[in-house]
Amino acid sequence: MYAYDELDRTIVNERVSEFRDQVARRLSGELTEDEFKSLRLMNGVYLQLHAYMLRIAIPYGTLSSAQLRRLAHVGRRYDRGYGHFTTRQNIQFHWIKLEQLPDALADLAEVGIHAMQTSGNCIRNITADQWAGVAPEEVDDPRIWAEILRQYATLHPEFSFLPRKFKFAITASRHDRAAIKVHDIGLRIHRNAEGEVGFEVLVGGGLGRTPFLAKTINSFVSHRDILSYCEAILRVYNQYGRRDNIYKARIKILVHELGIEKFKQEVEEEWAQMRDGALTLEESEIADIRSRFTYPKYETLSDTPDELTKAVAADRHFEAWYKNSVAPHKVPGYAIVTLSLKPEGGTPGDATADQMDAIADLAEKYSFGEIRVGHEQNLALPHVAKRDLPALWRALDKVGVATPNVNLVSDIICCPGLDYCSLSNARSIPIAQELTRRFANPDTANLIGRLHINISGCINACGHHHVGHIGILGVEKNGEEFYQITIGGRADEHAELGTLVGPAVPHEQVADVIEDIVEAYLALRQRPDELFVDVVKRLGVEPFKERVYATR
Amino acid sequence: MPLVKGNVIVTDEFTHLADDAELPADGAILVSAERFLAGPEAVLARQGKIGVIWPNNRDVEDLLPYLNRLAAVALVFPVFRDGRAYTQARLLRERYKFRGELRATGQVLRDQFVFMLRAGFDAFEVKKQSDAEAFATVAKRYSVFYQPTGDGRVTAFHRRLMHLSESVAS
Ligand code: HEM
Ligand code: SF4
Repeated sequence: MYAYDELDRTIVNERVSEFRDQVARRLSGELTEDEFKSLRLMNGVYLQLHAYMLRIAIPYGTLSSAQLRRLAHVGRRYDRGYGHFTTRQNIQFHWIKLEQLPDALADLAEVGIHAMQTSGNCIRNITADQWAGVAPEEVDDPRIWAEILRQYATLHPEFSFLPRKFKFAITASRHDRAAIKVHDIGLRIHRNAEGEVGFEVLVGGGLGRTPFLAKTINSFVSHRDILSYCEAILRVYNQYGRRDNIYKARIKILVHELGIEKFKQEVEEEWAQMRDGALTLEESEIADIRSRFTYPKYETLSDTPDELTKAVAADRHFEAWYKNSVAPHKVPGYAIVTLSLKPEGGTPGDATADQMDAIADLAEKYSFGEIRVGHEQNLALPHVAKRDLPALWRALDKVGVATPNVNLVSDIICCPGLDYCSLSNARSIPIAQELTRRFANPDTANLIGRLHINISGCINACGHHHVGHIGILGVEKNGEEFYQITIGGRADEHAELGTLVGPAVPHEQVADVIEDIVEAYLALRQRPDELFVDVVKRLGVEPFKERVYATR
Repeated sequence: MPLVKGNVIVTDEFTHLADDAELPADGAILVSAERFLAGPEAVLARQGKIGVIWPNNRDVEDLLPYLNRLAAVALVFPVFRDGRAYTQARLLRERYKFRGELRATGQVLRDQFVFMLRAGFDAFEVKKQSDAEAFATVAKRYSVFYQPTGDGRVTAFHRRLMHLSESVAS
C-alpha cells in the first residue's frame, strides 16, 4: 500500500474545499449548469439519466480495508446501498445528490480517496496491473511508477484542459493485465540489455467510435526520463491535437493522421529541448515514493499446505473455485484470489455496501488488509496464505463473491447502458444477466474455457466491446435495440480488435446468437485447450458467421 | 472587463488597438498578431509599450525575434476548456525566458487562476467582476503542488526531501 503523507492529504482536502465552493455557487445560481459542467467533470461528477453520478478513482486498483469500508459508507449514506466498479479502476455511485457530493468527498478524503480527474479532458486515473507487487514474474512494482505519474498528473497546470481525456495504463509483466494497448499512453516496464529499468512507451490506443491499438513510439525510455518523455508527448498533443471535432480529438487520431514516425519525430524534438530539466527523476525521489509502499510481512509457509490439498480432494465446489479464482503469487505459500462480482443474474461490477464491508473484513483477516480492483470489474485479495484458502472460500461464498467463473464465459464485462447512462442506445445489463443465466452451469463453462464477453450500450465502448473475445455493442435502429456482435478481440499482450460477425440482431436474439457462436467454437476447436480467440484467429469469422446466420 | 495583476484589480494601461485603427504615436497598446507580423518594425519603432495578442493555434516561436522588445504577450482562451495557451505560456516563460507581462484573455474564470499562475501568467482579463474580486483568495486555494513548473514553487517532492534531510540531521 501507498501511504499518503501530509502533503498528499493537503491537496485532496484543498480540492474538496474548492469543489464545495463550486457546488455552492452552482446551487445559488451563480454558476450556470454549463459553466459548472467542466468543473464537476474534473471532480468525477456526471449528470446522468436519473441523478448525478460520482466516479471515484482507485489509483492502480489498490485499496485498503479502511478505504473499502469508506466506499461502503458512501454507498450506504449517500446512495442506494451499492456501488459499481468500472473497467478503469474506478467506482461509480449512480444516485447521489448534488448537495451531498462535497460531504461524500470529504468523507473519502479522510482515508486518502478522491475523485480528481476521473472525468474531463485531463489525465485520468492512472491504471495498472491489478496484481502489481505480487505477480510472480514482474520486473518492478508498476504502482511505484503509477503513483509517480499520479502525482505528476494531479492538477497539472498545463494539461488539465487537453483536447480530450487522456488515459495511462502500466504493466510490468509479460502477461498484460492492464490492457496497455487500448490506452492513450501504455507503459510496459522492462529491462534493457544493461539491466536498467525503463519503459516501452506505446501511444495512440483507444476504443470508442474509432478504435485503435497503440503503437510503440519508443522501445526503451530510461526510468529517469519517463516524466519528461510523457510531458513531451502531452505537449505535442495539447498543441496539435484536434479541437474542432470531439470525435477526432483523441491522441489516437493525431497519431493516425501524422503517422507514428512523424509523431515520434515531433515528440523527440520537443523532448530534446527539455529532457534533462526539472522533470528528470532523481533516485532519491523514486526511493522516497518506493519507501511509502509497504509490503506485508509474509511468513515462511508451505506452498502445498495439507489444508489445501485435503479441501481440493474433498470438495468439488471448492476445487472448481480454486482452479479459476486462485493465481500464483511471487511468495511461496501465498496466492492471489479473485473475487467474482459476476453472480448468476447479477449486474457485472456491482457490489453492495454490505458486501464491501464484509470483503474489507476478510481482507483484514486473510490478506493483510489489502484489496485490488481489476479492469474486468472484479476484486482481488492479493496476499492470501494458501492454507487459509478453504476458510476464505467459505466466507466469500457467504458474501456472494465466490462464483467460480473468473475468466469464464459468465465473467462478463459490461457498462451500465440504458439503465443508467444518458448516452446509451441500448440496454447492456439485462443482456449480461441473461447470458450469465444461460451459461450458469459450471461444467459447461469449464468445458468452454477462457472466454471473455464484453458488452457496451453504445459506441463509446465503456464495456471494451472491441477487445472482447466476443464483443456486444448496442445500437439503435428505428427506435429499437439492436446489437452488433464482434469476435476475436482481446486486450492482453496480443491485443486485437474484434471483427463483425454479421448484421446486428434484436435484443431478444442476442443470447441465442452467443450460444450459437460458442457451440460453433466447441465444434471447431482442435483441442480442448485451444481458446476461443485462438480458433477465431486460425479460422477467421466465416465459419462462425455461417453458423449464426444460416438459421436466421 | 476587470484586469487583475499582482492579486488586485488594476486599471489596464494597455489600449486594445483595432486592426484598422491608426497607430497612436505613444501610449501602451495591444495589437493583434496579424497586425503585428504585417510590419513588426514599424510597430516596435514607436514610443510606448507594445503588447501582442497571440492566438492559441500559432507557434510562439514566430514571436522569438521580437520577444525582448515586447512589454506584454496576451494569450487567448477562446473557451474555458481550450487549454492550448497553457503550453504557450510555459514555453514563453520557461523556454524562451520572456519576462514581460503574460496576460490571459478570453474565457478567464476563477477556476483557472491556479493553473494559469503556475503556467506563468501574471495578468488576467477576468470575465466576471465577482471572479476578479475573488482572485486573491482563489489564488491561495492550494498550498501544495506536485509538478515543477517555471513559477518557482517548491514541489511536494522537494519539500519531502527537505523534510527527510532535516529529520536525518536532527
Ligand atoms: C454511466 C456513465 C458513463 C458515461 C456518461 C460515460 C461516458 C463515456 C464516453 C462519452 C466515452 C467515449 C469517450 C471517447 O470518445 O473515447 C466513454 C468511454 C469509456 N468509458 Fe465510459 N461512461 C460511463 C460509464 C462508464 C463505465 C461504467 C465504465 C466502466 C465499466 C466506463 C469506462 C469507459 C471506458 C473504458 C471507455 C473507453 C474509452 C477508450 O478507450 O477510448 N465508462 N465513456
Ligand atoms: S458505452 Fe455508452 S452506454 Fe455504456 S456506459 Fe459508456 S457511454 Fe454509457
